[in-house]
Amino acid sequence: MKKLFFYFIAFISIPYALKAQQETLHKFAPLPYAYDALEPYIDKMTMEIHYDRHHRAYFNNFTAAIKGTELEKTPMVTIFASISTQPPAIRNNAGGYWNHEMFWNCMKPNGGGTPSGTLNEAITASFGSFDNFKKLFAEAGVKRFGSGWVWLVVGADGKLFISSTANQDNPYMNTEEKRGTPVFCLDVWEHAYYLKYQNKRADYITAFWNVVNWEYVQNMYDSSTAKK
Amino acid sequence: MDYQFPELPYAYNALEPHIDAMTMEIHYSKHHKTYFDKFVAAIKDTESNGSSLEEIFSQVSKLPMAVRNHGGGLYNHTLFWESMSPNGGGVPSGSLADAINAQYGSFEDFKAKFNDAAANRFGSGWAWLSVKADKSLCVCSSANQDNPLMDISDCKATPILGLDVWEHAYYLKFQNRRPDYISAFWNVVNWEVIQARYDSIIK
Ligand SMILES: [Fe+2]
Ligand SMILES: [Fe+2]
Repeated sequence: MKKLFFYFIAFISIPYALKAQQETLHKFAPLPYAYDALEPYIDKMTMEIHYDRHHRAYFNNFTAAIKGTELEKTPMVTIFASISTQPPAIRNNAGGYWNHEMFWNCMKPNGGGTPSGTLNEAITASFGSFDNFKKLFAEAGVKRFGSGWVWLVVGADGKLFISSTANQDNPYMNTEEKRGTPVFCLDVWEHAYYLKYQNKRADYITAFWNVVNWEYVQNMYDSSTAKK
Repeated sequence: MDYQFPELPYAYNALEPHIDAMTMEIHYSKHHKTYFDKFVAAIKDTESNGSSLEEIFSQVSKLPMAVRNHGGGLYNHTLFWESMSPNGGGVPSGSLADAINAQYGSFEDFKAKFNDAAANRFGSGWAWLSVKADKSLCVCSSANQDNPLMDISDCKATPILGLDVWEHAYYLKFQNRRPDYISAFWNVVNWEVIQARYDSIIK
């Protein structure tokens, strides 16, 4: 009986839920795999807290901060392009919302290996070799002091570069010195690795290469170069 | 002068259950020790080698970033360990209590202000209670390993109480719940030490 009642409530709520969704462009996307899917490299508890607490809080705080404003219908990339005009609550939570969604997509179970195709060519052209790219990317991750992110970015000239940003900033933001289209990222906030790796951020970065979803990164790269 | 890596003034498990033994061990023996080692390496080839940390901070903007980050990490953690005690908690008394009441209305109002500073620091950083040059108190927060003694600080003062709000300070026990960690912290604050620091500044 209880169950029937639940379905009844769920059913009559559908039109309201749909209406609420239409009012904003911004959605909290499901995690593309199970919490334990990236074990043993990224542990289940970290994934669960990271997605369900940290990421969700950024999303909720972001939607609360823009409620009733034009930003509800403004694409994230457009918001980032003039983020310097926004208060910290929008900058921090918009970044936290968007960055994490990209980060989940950059990973998958049974990932890793090496990129191929045009992405591989571009990496080799910009960094000499895939191994050298990995080395530079990992260094940027270890060197980021405090909380932040590391990015592989397509610049205005179509060339790839590595950048690191503080806190929840990203390479789309007009507060960044070197801007471009991010195609790949790594979260180096302590919450991303502390339960499993504690102070050993370098070990977390080494493990991360085993779960990279290079097909996704390839797609991001292709769509960023197609726009040119 | 030679730089010394200070002893932890109590056992790793002394602040249980408010701050857990594993967090204390990693925080002191890994994080704090690494700041010390990297500070010593970074200061070695500068003119400031041998200067006190206070002197270094007063012109830290002219020194390499590694000195600012790791010198801050060394000093801040030392102050933090000394700010806590297994027999801590309660409320301040004497001249510090008077100053807090005069400035913030009550100890509870001060705590609320400090809690806000600690909870609202986005990313990694510290919350501080400090004494300004005019001897008034001030509550503020700083990013990463910066502190109010640094010439780059926007709340220049002498810190007497510091709370580490980097995620490494609380993640093993509290995960994303920083406010719970901040509440727990008040149970171990060593008010006698904070009082002594206050007295030595206003004397
Ligand atoms: Fe994160
Ligand atoms: Fe710390």
